[in-house]
Amino acid sequence: MKEPLAYMRKAQGSWEKRILKSLNSMCTELSIPLARKRPISEQKELLNKWNEMGTDEPDLSLFRPVYAPKDFLEVLMNLRNPNYENGDQPSSRNHLGLIQVPLKVKDIPELKEYFGELGLNTGQLGIDDSAQVPPELFENEHLRIGQKVLTEQDSAAAQQYVRQGCPTALRAELWALILNISNQPEDILYYEQLKSNVIQHDLLVDSLIYKDVKLTASNDDYYFVFEDYLYQVLFCFSRDTSVLEHFTYSSATPPKSYIRGKLGMEEYAVFYPPSGVIPFHGFSMYVAPLCFLYHEPSKLYQIFREMYVRFFFRLHSISSHPSGIVSLCLLFETLLQTHLPQLFYHLREIGAQPLRISFKWMVRAFSGYLATDQLLLLWDRILGYNSLEILAVLAAAVFAFRAVNLMEVTSLAAAEAVLADLSTLKVMPLLQIFLFATVT
Amino acid sequence: MAGKVKWVTDIEKSVLINNFEKRGWIQAAENEDWNFYWMSIQTIRNVFSVETGYRLSDDQIVNHFPNHYELTRKDLMVKNIKRYRKELEKEGSPLAEKDENGKYIYLDFVPVTFMLPADYNLFVEEFRKNPSSTWIMKPCGKAQGKGIFLINKLSQIKKWSRDSKTSSFVSQSSSKEAYVISLYINNPLLIGGKKFDLRLYVLVSTYRPLRCYMYKLGFCRFCTVKYTPSTSELDNMFVHLTNVAIQKHGPVMNNDKHCFECYGYDIIIDDKLKPWLIEVNASPSLTSSTANDRILKYNLINDTLNIAVPNGEIPDCKWNKSPPKEALGSYEVLYDEEMAQSDGPDRDLRSRSGQSIGIKGNRARDSGKPVLTTWK
Repeated sequence: MKEPLAYMRKAQGSWEKRILKSLNSMCTELSIPLARKRPISEQKELLNKWNEMGTDEPDLSLFRPVYAPKDFLEVLMNLRNPNYENGDQPSSRNHLGLIQVPLKVKDIPELKEYFGELGLNTGQLGIDDSAQVPPELFENEHLRIGQKVLTEQDSAAAQQYVRQGCPTALRAELWALILNISNQPEDILYYEQLKSNVIQHDLLVDSLIYKDVKLTASNDDYYFVFEDYLYQVLFCFSRDTSVLEHFTYSSATPPKSYIRGKLGMEEYAVFYPPSGVIPFHGFSMYVAPLCFLYHEPSKLYQIFREMYVRFFFRLHSISSHPSGIVSLCLLFETLLQTHLPQLFYHLREIGAQPLRISFKWMVRAFSGYLATDQLLLLWDRILGYNSLEILAVLAAAVFAFRAVNLMEVTSLAAAEAVLADLSTLKVMPLLQIFLFATVT
Repeated sequence: MAGKVKWVTDIEKSVLINNFEKRGWIQAAENEDWNFYWMSIQTIRNVFSVETGYRLSDDQIVNHFPNHYELTRKDLMVKNIKRYRKELEKEGSPLAEKDENGKYIYLDFVPVTFMLPADYNLFVEEFRKNPSSTWIMKPCGKAQGKGIFLINKLSQIKKWSRDSKTSSFVSQSSSKEAYVISLYINNPLLIGGKKFDLRLYVLVSTYRPLRCYMYKLGFCRFCTVKYTPSTSELDNMFVHLTNVAIQKHGPVMNNDKHCFECYGYDIIIDDKLKPWLIEVNASPSLTSSTANDRILKYNLINDTLNIAVPNGEIPDCKWNKSPPKEALGSYEVLYDEEMAQSDGPDRDLRSRSGQSIGIKGNRARDSGKPVLTTWK
């Protein structure tokens, strides 16, 4: 089922049209084809430097990212349900945030139940494995159970297990077990086939990917060293038609392009790019943290692809799904408004709507904002609960944590400054305090 | 006597000069009265050489020790480490413990190295134990990584076999053909598929008593896929005769109250997470490639100057070289011989072993696990 709500489907359709228009006009402006077969000499050269594409310095100055998260936020802010009448009377249930669509989101009691394993009485990695806690209390036993889960290759048990966090040594295998990635010979062959597609054809989106990596991951203290891996994954991803399958349950539709001169003729329509996914600014950050877990390109590729078609696609498409970005934004705003009304009101008054700051965190699933070890603990829980709602809860918890400082700022810029650096945050204590230790 | 410190340098680097200027020091010329001279290796050689050397006065400080090359020349470094190991072994120190294969458990931190042509036969013996291994040849007489190459067959270094059979004294002219050959670490730890090495900094303010500090910050240098030879400076000096018989010598490093030195340690970690000391630089590069790099080096020099020239005032070499804790900046005490000796029963062990080195707190860009190797 793609998307039950008509107005959501319509909004997604318009958004897609805009993106494609932007891509096509870039194409025309720069006179670069969407796709081009490489001459043999170029193919040879690319094959030779497949492991060091980062050393290439193509001229990317004319390329612009097709869109950035803040463009997407503008679209979401303008979403309206035509069947819903807000009325002229402001009521106590009026939502003061940026998202103005009435989707059902969980409240704190429901979240406490949903995220039960994060409670104060349950051991967690990210809290109960700190240096001061003797490992006999939790860590050793948790590790032993993890090893057992892996030995028995029990995917369902693994999903339950990682709710309490993965031991670093077991994380790669546990995630692969949950995502059903076994890296069989046919998977490796499939990856090699994608690689040869990259060698043979150049796509315009490759330049967008290049630019994105250079702008984001290459400049990141944690991820710059994986630059070459990112190209190896993302170039292949763009050409992977198996990614099209996720459009059956996504609200999105892959963009279509037509063979030159055959505009409008369906038999000459192709999906562009072949995967149907046009990267936006920051897209490569979905891949970067995975490089700490997997160094074998085909396995890294499959893990990323599965993470994308299960989770990440929901962060940049318009839908009513509880893990969709619209619901996450609404969940964030509702949590903040309900439990930190003073803070919310204050920020709103000074022109610093909280979602304007937290949106980019959620769209990127916090990649590039948190320290990597913390990010991986967060993504453990995404996998464990098969939901992205934790991103909204964490975003609210961050605001709660820095509430005192935020109450003193008087501008959006100052609020941004207070929240600019999340690299020292410990996610599990923050989540626990917000959900279980705050008087509601 | 209040006055501004007069500084000279023959290394035109902004991280140095900015640090001098921010202290309000005054630039001077080499032939004028100066208090502080940050010298290149060539210059320090002149200062302490028999022919061209001159005495330093009590208000003059330089940034090298007279015989730093004992640590920083590749062959001498290895020689001194070997000597140190043998000494420890002789006195039955637990540090010198060996495993069942005869390898040092704690002291095996330098790749096996030989001097050529002098140790050619010893090298061949070692080579034959592992004929599939790769070795790296570094010339003693060339600078900046020129002439470095890898070998994996004895035939590739036939010429040194000939040379070793001739006179056992190496003449001045053939010192240019002298090489060190080390076991090549062909299983380095890779991050992102890339080889890297660690650069750590150690400051020595005095050798007698030994007082040294390790900088808490360092960095990794990542290589592109192609092998790039080290660009360290190899001193152009006469190679000394190898003395196989180990005798008890005096301390290796000559102390001089006018001197301090900041060394750059190059370390490679292999895929078993074992660190290897590759070389020690007396004149670590002060060039910066990125903003973070520049900040790190600027702060390094700043903290170094705070320790070497306390309070930024005109130095007096008679001071006890004991800076207060607050002046250390990002340095932490690595070893303080005076303090160690005042600790009673452990005295013998510590004053002999010299260093307890922990590699921690560096900005190694791995998954966040510090690699700790200590020996006491």
